[in-house]
Amino acid sequence: MSETQAHEGVGARLPRQEGVGARLPRKEDDRLMRGRGQFIADIRMTGMQDVAFVRSPLAHARIRGIHVPDDLKDRVFTAADLDGVKPIRAVSGLPGFKVSEQPVLATGKVRQVGELIAMCVADTRAEAEDMAARVELDLEELPALHDMLEARKPGAPLVHEHWGDNVFLESLVNINIEAAFDAPVKVSRTISTARQCMAPIEGRGAVIHFDHRCDQLVVHTASQMPHIVRSGLSECLQMEEGQIRIISPDVGGGFGYKAILLAEEVCLGWLAQKLRRPVRWLEDRREHLTANANCREHHYEITLYAERDGTLRGIDCEASVDSGAYSAYPFSACLEAAQVASILPGPYDFPAYRCRTWSVATNKCPILPYRGVARTGVCFALEVALDALAAELGLPPEVVRLKNLVRPEQMPFDNITNKHFDSGDYPQALHRALDAIKADTVRARQTAGERDGRRIGLGLSIYCEQAAHGTSVYSGWGIPMVPGHEQAGARLTPDGGLELRIGAHSHGQGLETTLAQVACEILGIPVARTRLVHGDTAMTPYSTGSWGSRVMVMAGGAVATACTELAERVRRIGAHMLQARLDEVRLENGRVVGPAGDVTISQVAHTWYRRPQDLPADVDPHGLEVTAGYKPQRDSGTFSYAAHAVVVAVDPELGEVEILDYVIVEDGGTLVNPMVVDGQILGGLAQGIGTALYEEMPFDTSGQPLASTLADYLLPGAPEVPLPFIDHMATPSPYTAFGVKGIGEGGAIAPPAAIANAINDALRPVGAEMLRAPVTPRRIVESVLKARANRRSAA
Amino acid sequence: MKPAPFRMERPRDIAGATALLATGGDGAKAMAGSQSLGPMLNLRLATPELIVDLTGIDALRTVREEPGHVVYGALITHADVEDGRVPDVGAHILRRVAGGIAYRAVRNRGTLGGSLAHADPAADWVNALSALGAEVEIAGPDGTRRLAIGAFLTGALSTALAAGEILVAVQVPKVPASARFGYVKHCRKVGEFAHAIGAVLVDPEAGSCRALMGAIDAPPLLFPDAARLFGGHIDAGFAARFDATAADAALTAAGMDDAVDRHVHVEVLRRAAVQAATLFTETRSAA
Ligand SMILES: Cc1cc2nc3c(=O)[nH]c(=O)nc-3n(C[C@H](O)[C@H](O)[C@H](O)COP(=O)(O)OP(=O)(O)OC[C@H]3O[C@@H](n4cnc5c(N)ncnc54)[C@H](O)[C@@H]3O)c2cc1C
Repeated sequence: MSETQAHEGVGARLPRQEGVGARLPRKEDDRLMRGRGQFIADIRMTGMQDVAFVRSPLAHARIRGIHVPDDLKDRVFTAADLDGVKPIRAVSGLPGFKVSEQPVLATGKVRQVGELIAMCVADTRAEAEDMAARVELDLEELPALHDMLEARKPGAPLVHEHWGDNVFLESLVNINIEAAFDAPVKVSRTISTARQCMAPIEGRGAVIHFDHRCDQLVVHTASQMPHIVRSGLSECLQMEEGQIRIISPDVGGGFGYKAILLAEEVCLGWLAQKLRRPVRWLEDRREHLTANANCREHHYEITLYAERDGTLRGIDCEASVDSGAYSAYPFSACLEAAQVASILPGPYDFPAYRCRTWSVATNKCPILPYRGVARTGVCFALEVALDALAAELGLPPEVVRLKNLVRPEQMPFDNITNKHFDSGDYPQALHRALDAIKADTVRARQTAGERDGRRIGLGLSIYCEQAAHGTSVYSGWGIPMVPGHEQAGARLTPDGGLELRIGAHSHGQGLETTLAQVACEILGIPVARTRLVHGDTAMTPYSTGSWGSRVMVMAGGAVATACTELAERVRRIGAHMLQARLDEVRLENGRVVGPAGDVTISQVAHTWYRRPQDLPADVDPHGLEVTAGYKPQRDSGTFSYAAHAVVVAVDPELGEVEILDYVIVEDGGTLVNPMVVDGQILGGLAQGIGTALYEEMPFDTSGQPLASTLADYLLPGAPEVPLPFIDHMATPSPYTAFGVKGIGEGGAIAPPAAIANAINDALRPVGAEMLRAPVTPRRIVESVLKARANRRSAA
Repeated sequence: MKPAPFRMERPRDIAGATALLATGGDGAKAMAGSQSLGPMLNLRLATPELIVDLTGIDALRTVREEPGHVVYGALITHADVEDGRVPDVGAHILRRVAGGIAYRAVRNRGTLGGSLAHADPAADWVNALSALGAEVEIAGPDGTRRLAIGAFLTGALSTALAAGEILVAVQVPKVPASARFGYVKHCRKVGEFAHAIGAVLVDPEAGSCRALMGAIDAPPLLFPDAARLFGGHIDAGFAARFDATAADAALTAAGMDDAVDRHVHVEVLRRAAVQAATLFTETRSAA
């Protein structure tokens, strides 16, 4: 019997009000919405010291000297003081990968603005900043690389001299591209996405002290992956893993930024031992924007080959990713570009493909994986190019997509890059989106024109999200972290409550509720009586953590497996208590039911823990605590997907864009809690709108980041984010417990493409085409004016 | 992002404030709502030794309605205006401007005086009050003086305030019933500073029109007699005659080289004119 069937078999007999599929309000919101969460900045410790860093003001410079005033010598530390601390190394096993070592405090050179040079310790952050202001740097400025395309050119200045060039990794996939060259239609575009910042409400931060009783460095840090941070810290600090305990309390949004080992954490780990006092660093928004949380910057030269009816003959692409100065731990500097090559084909079936990628080193912050990782850029490039193809062919954009989307009868489907699509009906998602947005009505309105001079546009995009991909996928990339089996612990308390333990972390996903729902589905224990223990390496099983939309599939599967085993043990004790044979009793609604009566799980737990004298001598000794491991039947990932459709009104004179309607038809397989899924989609949509229209970290030619506050780095606010219509399809994954699929990132993947396509649809009669995200008012006006000038000179 | 150390005083009257500021010289700064100064302190872009908090001075909170104009104390907040706690100079003229500044939290604290003294070219009061022809009252160690707002604003982020002086009040002329005020702010998201501002105060009966293009990295470009932007004369049909070329040429002359910027500023002014014209029809049909 497959695991899926096993879980469904148990679940089918249980009430569903709180189990899998219930729209349950999130338990954690009670504390979070009342301001009673416990975040890093809420932690107070006796004698705690605050840290401020001296950061590089230049993007690229040789360090000639660091002058610390004499009166600060015992409170300011530089690389020379950090005995026994190793640089951060995040190496990829992909052939040809060039290794960067990131010193936790700069040595020799600085390679990005904001790079750490010295740390200053004081009673308060303000005093530490006063000290930092007094440290004088003697820097010899070097030519800086602010543009990845320039950095790729021969003769460019070098970020890491010994490499000889500025390319972390170059890759090439070629699947018979030559066969496409005789296609009757060829459309090429240059498409790019800006460098962004992730901007969770809570920045990074750490409070670290040494606990002599436990002989452990206790690291409170806002992290999505406590166990991985422990491995990284142990490597850099050269301590045994057992000597380090990571505690990640409430985390105010992660999005990938908190899945990275920061140099700041390593520095504080050393400092806490040096000073023998608790030390704290709280990232401020300027550090966040200018020195740390960068992501997304992609550049594509993409060519589509097609038949006149829209059938794709091949896709040829050159993609560059601005990886920044260093390889970030654990995902490395080439995760994005390596993903680009393998996921660019999206949900389309076509015969020829070539993709060359470059992970380029520049004098900017390391690029970090942000919700959707490479998918947002890939979806933007391919879906925007597909609309250009449709326009070239004179076909509606949906026609070109429907010609090429993988069809339900092909499932499971291995695509051109060997991605294994587990299930789904992509054409149906697109049809439902077109119906829901009332495409015909919108197009009629578009033809009629607007009285206020604005132009209406309809945009579509569709993507697939490979989630919870495991060993077989990550071992190929050879990065410091490869996920294997996921473990979960389940323990009944003596009064019949349930404790679940997982090594991944919840930072907005609602796991305290949804994993309790999974347990309830199997054990019938109310969600209110189930507690999730997580975010602490001392109390949880090992896990690579929360990333890649993996937790509901992996930890959910592990919880289900542990609870199924626990259910069996409960049944055995229950059978003793009912004096029935094991095959005569079943677990139902939190009770063990036999032929002549029943006992509750609470009574079973009470008996096991408090009245063992009532149990026979040959009772199963394993008790009511289980740790179980889980992997889906295939670990190549679940494939959730969605079709987005959006209507915009574009003001061609001022470039203002208003979103009039937004529809999302998504298929996340079996939804454990549809309300939580909706929440994930809404948050992702807000971020996708940011990518599409607002968010950009500009740099000047000397590599200076130009947005150091949220007045310059624009995030969409509530008025800029419409409430979308969300329609769920639910094609279960054949490989996972309950048929769930990972859905955490999808909301942020499709909006930039859909919105840009809508804007382009609106502006097509004007002759303007927007190929660069974010599509800002200025870029729109610029393109419109250029198109007008071209038409004038052509006339 | 913590301010450098500073000393803080909270005087109770204007004389106390000016005396403190005068002794502090360049190292002293007044503070009102702190919505602009606060961020500058936190980013250490401003590192004064002494901060003189004006919010304890009740005299700066008064409002006087006088024939022909209203005098607003410097500490009147954007929210005071938005909520109608102080008289307006015409039907919803200042209220509309106030409601478009930043977010409510900023409007609760940010003040008229602070906004003008900060002299950000993109700020709403800087532009709206220039278009309306306001005057400011200034107090210093040597007494008080008055300046037309155009003379007060000397550049981007710079004013005619001398060391030791504070802005006490701003006097805004009432808008006659025969006039309308069009005000358009172009920004990327709700609550953002403007990227372009256009304002038009037009009175077809009197044949007069003031127009302004703002958010241009300098004090606003004001046309006290804007007839030349509307085909040479002002009447009920003025908006339809808006001369984009003339407005564009004025921006070029003012040093705005970027064609996209000019296009947007000209368009925003055109819309301000259309808005003023529409207000005539709306109020007429309502009557
Ligand atoms: C997020 C955000 C968005 C914003 N958006 C906008 C916007 O869209 N439009 C807009 O117009 N503004 C905007 N602002 C600015 C806001 O309106 C401020 O309130 C205003 O610029 C300054 O007023 P304040 O009372 O806070 O002055 P402060 O910050 O206290 O002072 C500003 C400057 O003026 C000086 N000063 C203050 N009062 C006096 C006085 N009486 N005499 C002499 N000098 C004085 C101070 O010394 C300081 O140099 C925004 C601010 C923020 C934080």
